[in-house]
Amino acid sequence: MIANLLAAIGRPVIAVLAACGRVTLFALEVLSHLLRPPFYLREFGHAVMQIGWNSLPVVAMTALFTGGALALQIYAGGSRFNAESVVPSIVAIGMARELGPVLGGLMVAARVASSIAAEIGTMKVTEQVDALVTLSTNPLKYLVVPRLLAATLVVPVLVAVGDSIGIMGGWLVGISRLQFNSAVYLKNTVDFLEFWDIGSGLVKGAAFGFIVALMGCHFGLNSGRGAQGVGTATKSAVVGASVLILATNYLLTGVFFSS
Amino acid sequence: MIELRGVAKRFGTNQVLRGIDLSLPKGQSMVIIGGSGTGKSVLLKCILGLVRPDAGTILVDGQDVERTNRDALLARFGMLFQGGALFDSMRVWENVAFRLRRGAKALPKARAREVAVEKLRRVGLKPEVADLFPAELSGGMQKRVGLARAIAAEPEIIFFDEPTTGLDPIMSGVINELIREIVVEMGATAMTITHDMTSVRAIADRVAMLHDGLIRWTGPVSGMDAADDPYLQQFIHGRAKGPIESVR
Ligand SMILES: Nc1ncnc2c1ncn2[C@@H]1O[C@H](COP(=O)(O)OP(=O)(O)OP(=O)(O)O)[C@@H](O)[C@H]1O
Ligand SMILES: [Mg+2]
Repeated sequence: MIANLLAAIGRPVIAVLAACGRVTLFALEVLSHLLRPPFYLREFGHAVMQIGWNSLPVVAMTALFTGGALALQIYAGGSRFNAESVVPSIVAIGMARELGPVLGGLMVAARVASSIAAEIGTMKVTEQVDALVTLSTNPLKYLVVPRLLAATLVVPVLVAVGDSIGIMGGWLVGISRLQFNSAVYLKNTVDFLEFWDIGSGLVKGAAFGFIVALMGCHFGLNSGRGAQGVGTATKSAVVGASVLILATNYLLTGVFFSS
Repeated sequence: MIELRGVAKRFGTNQVLRGIDLSLPKGQSMVIIGGSGTGKSVLLKCILGLVRPDAGTILVDGQDVERTNRDALLARFGMLFQGGALFDSMRVWENVAFRLRRGAKALPKARAREVAVEKLRRVGLKPEVADLFPAELSGGMQKRVGLARAIAAEPEIIFFDEPTTGLDPIMSGVINELIREIVVEMGATAMTITHDMTSVRAIADRVAMLHDGLIRWTGPVSGMDAADDPYLQQFIHGRAKGPIESVR
């Protein structure tokens, strides 16, 4: 009875640890290919468009509404201490440090980790990945490296755009519903925002981009057989990327800001 | 020259190959026959290193494939996959020219396209097809594009996994002739899997029959009809009754 219970707890723990090990080994193997030719520039360009450009609308919408909601909440909370004037700076800091990168990262995880896993998974089950190998092309170099590189470089840009739009969302709400003066709101935003508030968010964005592409590629390449295999791979990629993003966010926040 | 010694492969509890011994001299064409699910495709994938055998050795020109440079080895191979395995994000001609546009001897785009169109013509496809995407083609057309891709870089060793399945009889004849031509004129070594006995007679120098994870019979195609192996006879005459169970 107790043994069964322990086994029931132990099995998933072991499975998760084993998965972490496999992902780590995969990451190391991919990194070893990063700087060795051949380089596939076309694939890289394609990945930049897919991951970056096509994610812009989702990230922008997420940031806009989050910035707006944040302004409302901080105003409501701040008014309890007669501190309504902190709204601009807290919105800016909150967006730049936390919500911009985390929500941006999660949206990219939903959009990109899934599409990468489904695409590569389908290639795997229809033997296209095997075909690449027989055509003297390393799937890690051709499929994984360009996506990983593109995501790592492009997600910080998305985060920067998201930060700006989120702050703009707060400003819109501030001047339209909270009786802020537009110039004062903007001045408060700029005065209190430090470079590292933004910089730390961008570094997080790069880490999240890496995670998203890594999980998409890993689960895609290890997809089981058939449509069901691809479905499972897609789900695992999104769940894995999301959890890993949140955990990494906690770690990075600790490293950056606990002094 | 390809030589297999004691190659075995198991998936979970499913022992697919139990110790395959087979050799194919350079410049010859071997056809592998055998029931559905007996591991013919797995056998080809083992030779290419796409599936790792559990036991046994595979030699290409006397060299153990496990120990040779894989890129250099694969550069000599061409493979037609059973399901085509075309890259669906690329146009037909880009699929065919995939190998030509990469590596040390990469051709410029226009030239690669010309070669691709020529290869497509050889498998009976019109130049118009070149700019379509694989999803826009019929199953038999996709198969032939896969064939064109496999032969595009004129490899020394070519594997065809069911090249004529899904083709009409005339097109099958064209493809059989093409494979024969590649072996005779270009001196390639070919290994073909097929269920079509007409193809076997048209393509093969040697025939090997796979059954129950082992090579049941192998010999020159001319000796196939006279062989007194009951399994082989049941298979080539397509009899429902015989030593091979029909429910597997
Ligand atoms: N990647 C794999 N994972 C698990 N089992 C596999 C895998 N590939 C093949 N098998 C199993 O190996 C056996 C042989 O498969 P294979 O595709 O080689 O058959 P085949 O002889 O080519 O049949 P057909 O003539 O129908 O193409 C089958 O039982 C199949 O289920
Ligand atoms: Mg097969």
